[in-house]
Amino acid sequence: MSERRHFRSIAEVGVDSVRRLLDLTDHMAEVSRRPNPKVPALRGRTVCNLFFEDSTRTRMSFDTAAKRLSADTMTLAVGSSSVNKGESLRDTVETLSAMGVDAFVVRHRTAGVPWQISGWTDAVVVNAGDGWHAHPTQALLDAYTIMNRRGTKNFEGLSVAIVGDIRHSRVARSVTEILTMLGATVTHVAPRTLLPPMNPTPSTHALDDLIGSVDVLYMLRIQTERMGTGLVPGGSEYTDRFALTPSRARRLRPDSLVMHPGPMNRGVEITVDPSELPQSVITAQVTNGIAARMAVLFDLLGSTAGLEEG
Amino acid sequence: MTLDRLLLTGGTVVDGGGERRLDVRIADGVIVEIGVALDADPALERVLDAQGCIVGPGFVDLHTHLREPGMTEAETIATGSAAAALGGYTAVVAMPNTDPTQDCVEVVEFVRNRGREVGLCDVRPSGSITIGRAGVQLTPFSELAAVGVHLFTDDGSGVQDAGLMRRALEYAGELGLLLAQHCEVAAMTHGAVMHEGDCCSHLGLPGWPALAEELMVHRDIELCRLTGSPVHLLHLSTARSVELVRAAKADGLPVTAEATPHHISLTDEALRAFDARFKVNPPLRTMADVEAVRRGLLDGAIDAVATDHAPHPAHAKERPLDEAPPGMLGLETALGVTRKVLDTNWQKLFELLSTGPARIAGLADAHGRPVEVGEPANLVVIDPDVDWEVDPGGLASLSNNTPYIGMGLRSRVRHTIFHGRAVVIDREVNR
Amino acid sequence: MNRKQVLGPEDVRRAVTRMAHEIIERNRGLDGVVILGMQRGGVWLAEALAGEVSRIERAVPAGSIDASLHRDDIAIRPVTPAAVSDVPVDLDDACVVLVDDVLFTGRTVKAALDAVGDYGRPRAVQLAVLVDRGHRELPIRPDFVGKNLPTSLAESVEVSVEGVVIVEATAGADV
Repeated sequence: MSERRHFRSIAEVGVDSVRRLLDLTDHMAEVSRRPNPKVPALRGRTVCNLFFEDSTRTRMSFDTAAKRLSADTMTLAVGSSSVNKGESLRDTVETLSAMGVDAFVVRHRTAGVPWQISGWTDAVVVNAGDGWHAHPTQALLDAYTIMNRRGTKNFEGLSVAIVGDIRHSRVARSVTEILTMLGATVTHVAPRTLLPPMNPTPSTHALDDLIGSVDVLYMLRIQTERMGTGLVPGGSEYTDRFALTPSRARRLRPDSLVMHPGPMNRGVEITVDPSELPQSVITAQVTNGIAARMAVLFDLLGSTAGLEEG
Repeated sequence: MTLDRLLLTGGTVVDGGGERRLDVRIADGVIVEIGVALDADPALERVLDAQGCIVGPGFVDLHTHLREPGMTEAETIATGSAAAALGGYTAVVAMPNTDPTQDCVEVVEFVRNRGREVGLCDVRPSGSITIGRAGVQLTPFSELAAVGVHLFTDDGSGVQDAGLMRRALEYAGELGLLLAQHCEVAAMTHGAVMHEGDCCSHLGLPGWPALAEELMVHRDIELCRLTGSPVHLLHLSTARSVELVRAAKADGLPVTAEATPHHISLTDEALRAFDARFKVNPPLRTMADVEAVRRGLLDGAIDAVATDHAPHPAHAKERPLDEAPPGMLGLETALGVTRKVLDTNWQKLFELLSTGPARIAGLADAHGRPVEVGEPANLVVIDPDVDWEVDPGGLASLSNNTPYIGMGLRSRVRHTIFHGRAVVIDREVNR
Repeated sequence: MNRKQVLGPEDVRRAVTRMAHEIIERNRGLDGVVILGMQRGGVWLAEALAGEVSRIERAVPAGSIDASLHRDDIAIRPVTPAAVSDVPVDLDDACVVLVDDVLFTGRTVKAALDAVGDYGRPRAVQLAVLVDRGHRELPIRPDFVGKNLPTSLAESVEVSVEGVVIVEATAGADV
């Protein structure tokens, strides 16, 4: 089982596969633009969306991606708690595997669950977000969005600021991983309390020092539950220090890109209307998400059909 | 109890007195004769081959979770005793976090009596420091002492309230009892899954900072200084903890400490595979910590190797990392791991695995004794140079959550003699 | 490995010119004609044909189509899309001339026909190939052929502007 290829983290996939997947995403983006945006590539394959944490957007994006490749889809969206009551995670996976699943798309609130699941099934596993750890398809779609907008596959010298709750963000971890791997320079912008305890990425708490110079400003969603706790003071303090406000937006370079993984907390991390922000590529991120997920599914189930790379 | 007559032949006896090539004759639970090439009498006694083996005092585990009563899906006193015997242990201190808690005479007597019925090793129940390990109300120390409890701990969690811990030390100390602390400041480890460091930052798992242990180590050393009552520090895992204990001992304080085989052999890097078998409390630390704990064991800062044998059924470890319970098996692998990673001689190993812990547990009258005529026959016979790997399916423990799959171990128990009876012969339990 | 040159660069040029004339003749006025090269081998040929057609008559739209996601051997052998398709016009009611370098089993053409359907409903689809080497596995026939070239299954055919070469090898079929 363990020799199968999976898509669980950017680091595990490696730079060569990432570049290949970016090209494949471009291909899938063209497919999505066709009048009939559907190809028979994965006919007869079954993709099971196993969502232990609520995420309608990511689930719909994966579901659409699978359907555009003509795969059959099943969706099990369960709160982790209902699984806790009786059936174990392993029982759930083994039961679904017995129904003939070729790929599990897994979302779980705890880091590592996609790895655990790979041990219990012959199907390939795609990580759709595990805890604070990784969200590699988000990273792929973000790298593709940057590549597509800038019109170059070269990321060398690209300066990226990721702003917000880095510590609890699987998006931040995976985006940092993919962009660093491709040659970009990433800086984390957050108070010390919202950074990982040992952060290998350069960081600052002074957003205003770099907002005028970055090529990409990546705003993270901040859980409002974190406000007014031991992590961040309440009130408008976070917004004052770290949000994309109209005055900060005016300082952005015209050719820089503003990104956000969604869903946005308007008035918290973004107080400008992104639709009126020419630098915003937030809608393109959503569109490209389907293409990136098609690329991942096709790469695992189609191009080599999970055969060993050789 | 039927007592065997035994003759151990061809072994090298190791105890505080050094290493000697001697045969050992045992009858009625005690060592009756020691000498070179004793004549065997196969009609009257069982001859156990100890050729090429090390013979020494049976091991004593200060830290065993037997899970009975209450969690017998994970382990029972019978299966845990068998695992202990196979690991060379002739005595284990049973941790009190059973269900119900070992905080009253009834539960303690149940565990002790069940251990006697099984009869594979000395099962010594510990008591909790507070009722239900809830950290509020003191356990009746004197009542439990009257039925043989010497060591008290709320293991599984630390006593958070410094004022309560002070009173417990004052009260138990004057009864001659020992309080043992699980050092963890809970306010710093909420939701923690693994060591707080590079690895946890990368994996996005909530971290358990070394400081959460060290703060309580420091606090309890100072409470020991204040009260004069002895304190035993359980499963120390960080470099700074070892330093603090070393300094406390230099000050002459009655502080003792233990370390587990896993904290001297594994690091937090093991969690990169997201396998809950490597989740343990306190968590696996960095290589620098591992090396510091090894040094502590070698230079006497730490007194004992203790297993923290913590069985869990397979399904419990197949849960997401935040839900999976912490803990790993230890009894059957403790010798193999310790010998593999500690660069020392057999005398020191017996000090760490037998004599030291026997003294701390208050069992030095029967365990960790010299191998001499008239001494109780609690002995272990070890194949010193065997290299082996653990077979998780072949363990005597009811659970199989060993972290050592695929890791080469060195030295293995061949026979174990408990109260003069061969409870393990050629790596098999002799019931 | 035995290589046999069967067409030279001049032969290829002449064949392209002749096929361009045939396309013009068959589609009087060239109304709605779109020339689509099949990735990868058909792309240069489609460009050459479109160039000839525009030189002789008038310019027609040209592009390329990648049919790898419509192949019927996905999961049997590694399939990697070659390049992003470039279909420059709406194909509803168009007359699509599909172009490939070699026609063999017909399976790639079938995949391309399916792919074309995703861009609209053409009035007609025609097939132009430089070499027809036989061995069809599907009921597909070319409308415009540069050269009929009987081959054995042990041979493969290499086509470029430089000419056509038959390579005798034991390697798998060139589909």
